[in-house]
Amino acid sequence: MLVAPSPASLHYHASNTLERWPVHLSRDRIIAFAVLLPSLVLIAVFVYGFIGQTIYISFTDWGQGAALAENPQMHLIGFDNYKELFTSFLHMRFRQDLINAFFYTVSLVLGSLALGLFLAVLLDREPRGEGIFRTIFLYPMSLSFVVTGTIWRWLLAPEGGINVLPSFIGLSPGRFRWISSRQQILTFDWQSVPSITAIVVALVLAFLAIRMWRRGTHKRALIAAAPAVILVLWAIFGQRLMPQMVPIPEKHGFNLATIGVMIAAIWQFSGYTMALYLAGLRGIPVELHEVSRLDGANDIQYYTRVAFPILKPITLSAVIILAHISLKMFALIFAMAGADNSATDHPAVLMYLTTFRGNKFALGASIAVILFLIVALFIVPYLVSSYREQRKRTS
Amino acid sequence: MTARMTWARILLYAVLIIVSLVYLTPIYMTVITALKAPADINLETAWQTPSRLNWGSFGQAYAKLGPNIMNSIILAVTATILSSMMGSLNGYVFSKWRFKGNDIVFTLLLFGMFIPYQIILIPLFQTLRQMHMYGGLPGLILAHVVYGLPITTLIFRNFYAQIPASLTESAQIDGAGFFKLYARVIFPLSIPGFVVTFIWQFTQIWNEFLWGITLTKYASNPITVGLAQLAGGEAVSWNLPMAGSIIAAIPVLLIYVLMGRYFIRGLLAGSVKG
Repeated sequence: MLVAPSPASLHYHASNTLERWPVHLSRDRIIAFAVLLPSLVLIAVFVYGFIGQTIYISFTDWGQGAALAENPQMHLIGFDNYKELFTSFLHMRFRQDLINAFFYTVSLVLGSLALGLFLAVLLDREPRGEGIFRTIFLYPMSLSFVVTGTIWRWLLAPEGGINVLPSFIGLSPGRFRWISSRQQILTFDWQSVPSITAIVVALVLAFLAIRMWRRGTHKRALIAAAPAVILVLWAIFGQRLMPQMVPIPEKHGFNLATIGVMIAAIWQFSGYTMALYLAGLRGIPVELHEVSRLDGANDIQYYTRVAFPILKPITLSAVIILAHISLKMFALIFAMAGADNSATDHPAVLMYLTTFRGNKFALGASIAVILFLIVALFIVPYLVSSYREQRKRTS
Repeated sequence: MTARMTWARILLYAVLIIVSLVYLTPIYMTVITALKAPADINLETAWQTPSRLNWGSFGQAYAKLGPNIMNSIILAVTATILSSMMGSLNGYVFSKWRFKGNDIVFTLLLFGMFIPYQIILIPLFQTLRQMHMYGGLPGLILAHVVYGLPITTLIFRNFYAQIPASLTESAQIDGAGFFKLYARVIFPLSIPGFVVTFIWQFTQIWNEFLWGITLTKYASNPITVGLAQLAGGEAVSWNLPMAGSIIAAIPVLLIYVLMGRYFIRGLLAGSVKG
């Protein structure tokens, strides 16, 4: 489990002493850069070089014959691996994994935010023993995913732990097979994914357009509205022009077996959002609370009208960090449900199976690239905006 | 306090205590299961405390996990110290020796901590094999040091940014160069920064699993891989995985309980002034 810090920490007030330095310090500035250089080279190779190499591998057929040779045979085959993943009957599991990753992400983000905010507001009331409560809510965060997974596997075992609870109040014990259920709800055909995506994007654009229109930026609103209309029209009429993506109708949906993993993940991370929110609430000047009270606001109004708007940047950072955690969630699923459990599977687990058990390195690289691109969708805008803010502060 | 307030307070405590019990439930189940004899673990009594204590599971689990614990200690201590030292020097350069393009280089460095590690795993695997470092601890240490650089650099940069410029400038007027300034002014003030990075890196590396399972051979498996193997077998009775989980969790839990303040600081990585 690797957790990134909150983005607020990326901004800071630099002491910009550069211009005031005497000339004789230029030798030291060369030394300074020389000290930094090894790290920069390591990051350049191990991060950027390796990303490039993985992208390259994803366009090859590495995985045939002696795949584990130190210099294996590789031929460029273009986008074939990606085409396979998205259309071949054999890789149906990958497509379900993408959908699982989507639900894992939505549940972890919403669950941790809601629970974390709730706990933070409770602790913000300064109960006695606050430190003890904080410790209890946050300790799961310090555990390894493997420990969490092992413990929760026992709690959610079909004939164990949680399922026994109802019998204490005279009900019959639960029968739900938490990790191994094969039930699926909200099913849809893979063929309709483009239309669903188009309609979701159109809805977001329409929402933005309405907001812009209300704010009076009519031109921008029209620019946002036009593609929304086109997308809806395409989703309704263009579908028939699309070639069949998969040879036979293919049902996907929400796997009920993933709920157990979601509960464990929220248990582990809600303390983190609690800590973020509590720090934010404590950062609000006391005067603001008093002023709102003098204005006749009760506590609920204080939180909804004064405090929560101030916490918005924290929410944004928490969303980005939690989304990026759940998009690479490997150890928890591995330890809790096993790598071979297709119902709870995740692209990060499939990448491991494909690469290190199946020796299909190129295909594994393609899965990694897809995961990377989805994560980059969250991270890059966030890093760019933090960079811009930093420039503003330091220049 | 008015009566109305008192009722609100009672409700507040009631909710807090109920939620706390829910959060503690997994620990309770883990401890009681670890202390039961295999024959006593069954459906009806899953939630009951053991009728007789069986400490043997801890010994058995330790017998299996002992080598893994040793590996993890060597790995976590070495990689933590190395990445913290480098992070401290990097943070010093980024905060006190700003250069042209400083911010963009720093942002590019930070990107390294947000990537899903699957994207570098195959070239890392291949490179370690070509360097004849695959399978053992040195390769794993290298990986943890390199990919730990962004977070340690970030923590130290933010930490050093709080050291007032007047302090460093007066030392420079006295003729202190790059290293002298670091040794005389910056490093002595760095203890809290090192405590935060040590704790953060140690817990992260101790808990890491993906590299452990893909980059090490059996003899060098870290504790997380050992625990996954101990718990993975279907036939295993639950007392053993639970005892193993406790053994694997104890070092990080101790750090967290004893030094929680610093752990949270690592968690928020300087976003809150502390």
